[in-house]
Amino acid sequence: MLINFIEQLINGLRTGSIYALIAIGYTMVYGIAKMINFAHGDIIMVGAYALYFSISVLGLPVPVALLLTVIVCSVLGVLIEKIAYKPLRKAQPLAVLITAIGMSFFLQSSSLLIFGSTPIPFQSVIPNENIKVGPVIISSITLVTLVVTAVAMILLTLFINKTKMGSAMRAVSEDKGAAELMGINVNSTISMTFAIGSALAAVAGILYISQYQSMKPTLGALPGIKAFVAAVLGGIGSIPGAMLGGILLGLIESVSKAYISTELADAIVFGVLIVVLLFRPSGLLGKKKIVKV
Amino acid sequence: MKKRVLLSAMALTFGLALTACGNAGSDKAADSGSKAETEAAAKVDGDVFTIGTTGPLTGSAASYGNSVKNGATIAIDEINAAGGVKVGDKTYKLALNFQDDEAKEDKAVNAYNNLMDSGINVFMGSVTSGSSLALTDLTAKDNILQITPSGSAKAITENPNVFRLCFTDPLQGKMIADFVVDQGYESVAVLYNNSDEYSTGVYEAFKEELNTAGKSDLLVNEQSFTNDDVDFTTQLTQIKASGAKLIFVPGYYEAAAYIVQQAKQQGIDAAFVGSDGWDGVLGQVTDPSAVEGAVFLSPFLASDPSAADFTKAYETAYKATPDQFAADGYDTVHVIKAAMEKAGSIESDDLIKAMTEIEVNGITGKVSFNADGEPNKEPKFVTITNGEYKLFD
Repeated sequence: MLINFIEQLINGLRTGSIYALIAIGYTMVYGIAKMINFAHGDIIMVGAYALYFSISVLGLPVPVALLLTVIVCSVLGVLIEKIAYKPLRKAQPLAVLITAIGMSFFLQSSSLLIFGSTPIPFQSVIPNENIKVGPVIISSITLVTLVVTAVAMILLTLFINKTKMGSAMRAVSEDKGAAELMGINVNSTISMTFAIGSALAAVAGILYISQYQSMKPTLGALPGIKAFVAAVLGGIGSIPGAMLGGILLGLIESVSKAYISTELADAIVFGVLIVVLLFRPSGLLGKKKIVKV
Repeated sequence: MKKRVLLSAMALTFGLALTACGNAGSDKAADSGSKAETEAAAKVDGDVFTIGTTGPLTGSAASYGNSVKNGATIAIDEINAAGGVKVGDKTYKLALNFQDDEAKEDKAVNAYNNLMDSGINVFMGSVTSGSSLALTDLTAKDNILQITPSGSAKAITENPNVFRLCFTDPLQGKMIADFVVDQGYESVAVLYNNSDEYSTGVYEAFKEELNTAGKSDLLVNEQSFTNDDVDFTTQLTQIKASGAKLIFVPGYYEAAAYIVQQAKQQGIDAAFVGSDGWDGVLGQVTDPSAVEGAVFLSPFLASDPSAADFTKAYETAYKATPDQFAADGYDTVHVIKAAMEKAGSIESDDLIKAMTEIEVNGITGKVSFNADGEPNKEPKFVTITNGEYKLFD
């Protein structure tokens, strides 16, 4: 019983950490550009297909393919911002939101045109071994997912708190105008944010495809939405919040599927979100801001 | 503050909308295919008897539709090459008009209406249960013979004009339960799709048959999933804890592929048994050892000597091994031919009447039909050995 519970917690941690990686992208972009990038979920899909393409079609060695996948997604993220969002920076928030949804459809449909709708099976780049920790069995893919996510989060936290570029990002998210007056290049800071967010989505895509070993053009939609919910749960705009929200979401999902009901799992996840937002409208770790009129 | 509340509300709405409509995500997929699939029905000279079909040629169930289409095309080419079908003093050439329905009910209704507008003599469809169910009342109203090659939901054949070639869901569940009892497994867990009629139908009959046989204690764990789920680790962890020696997964090959692979990742060494939707699972797994030893019910096996000619023709034409859907498509065309010959007419009433009087020795076995529209034939079990499908014995 206890072993079973521990295994369920590990399952939850694994899905949760993938949600967290994606949620960070939502939250960073929201923090800086004050917009919800709904195309973010589809970057995961692009990442999965990019990895498939570089290994199965181009025949590149795995480390090169992994690097290329991350680069493709980062460049795509920056391009999306430059082409679709930047011209709308002064427009109403609604216009930007609709553009983001349009961008999401665009990415899905493009991959549908290129790769077709039939799911493509794809061998995991992580060798599949079962690792026994006492009586608990953990798959190598789960272990890699947990380690990679932890490393990515630590690096990101260090980057944001310790580097000059990180301070610039924090400054822009605090007050764009003032940051600009202080000599911070707002455009390049925003590009940097999109690049990092998309790189994390690429990592999530790689982990996702290693876990599920099958891809289709809509694969990013559901994790994307779940991650968005995780970002809101943790407090949108807050990076530790996105990490916490993602992992909590994964855990709640796994435990309620296992011990309450598979059908009700999603209802319970959203129920928790409602309760949290009732008591803390800005999410678990979100800052309360007083808007002056 | 206000902005955040708005955002939160948005998060909820989007999230809920998404959970509510499960597979809406794939709706956008492939509208492009359907137009191209309007087959040139009128390319043969003389009297033409057109078989209309709807089935998924794109989308997640595309493999079924394409297989039925290919199998039926081979049968039609064979029959036409041999001179066509003699009906009374006339000889008809067969033609196929296959429309894509993406295995979606609304698309199937549109596709069927297109078929009726373009003129068909018999409706061979639909390929999937949902689409077949959506069309039975329409075909009854139009009074046209409907034979589904592979729609297995029980209710499809309720109207007197509807017949089926494959096994029903309940019959499958019953046969698999008997198999599990006969093979002497100590315990079995079920993982079924509770948002899918086919999966639920097979599961319920399976459970009922175990109860009837007084073996209900064999069933130690029941888990479910929903359409478009890709993560089964939670359910599998529960099954693992139950210690079941056998896992029964009624459903389609896409979910089955995820399930066997994730079971392997978790170090579960239980055996797998599946329903006929498992056919094609080898094409979806990256590591065939994950499905090694799995057994599933299937009316057809390509390596069976009795199907050698069909398999050869299929492999030459489509560079692929035929599955049971291809065989169902092939046999259904032969059933239609037999009905035409028996009826001595191509009027729907005569064809429907002839259906219960024919017996066809097809590649899915010898089949005849009863007045309820159900087929009488023997089941076959297929097992996966060394990455290949083999007849289970």
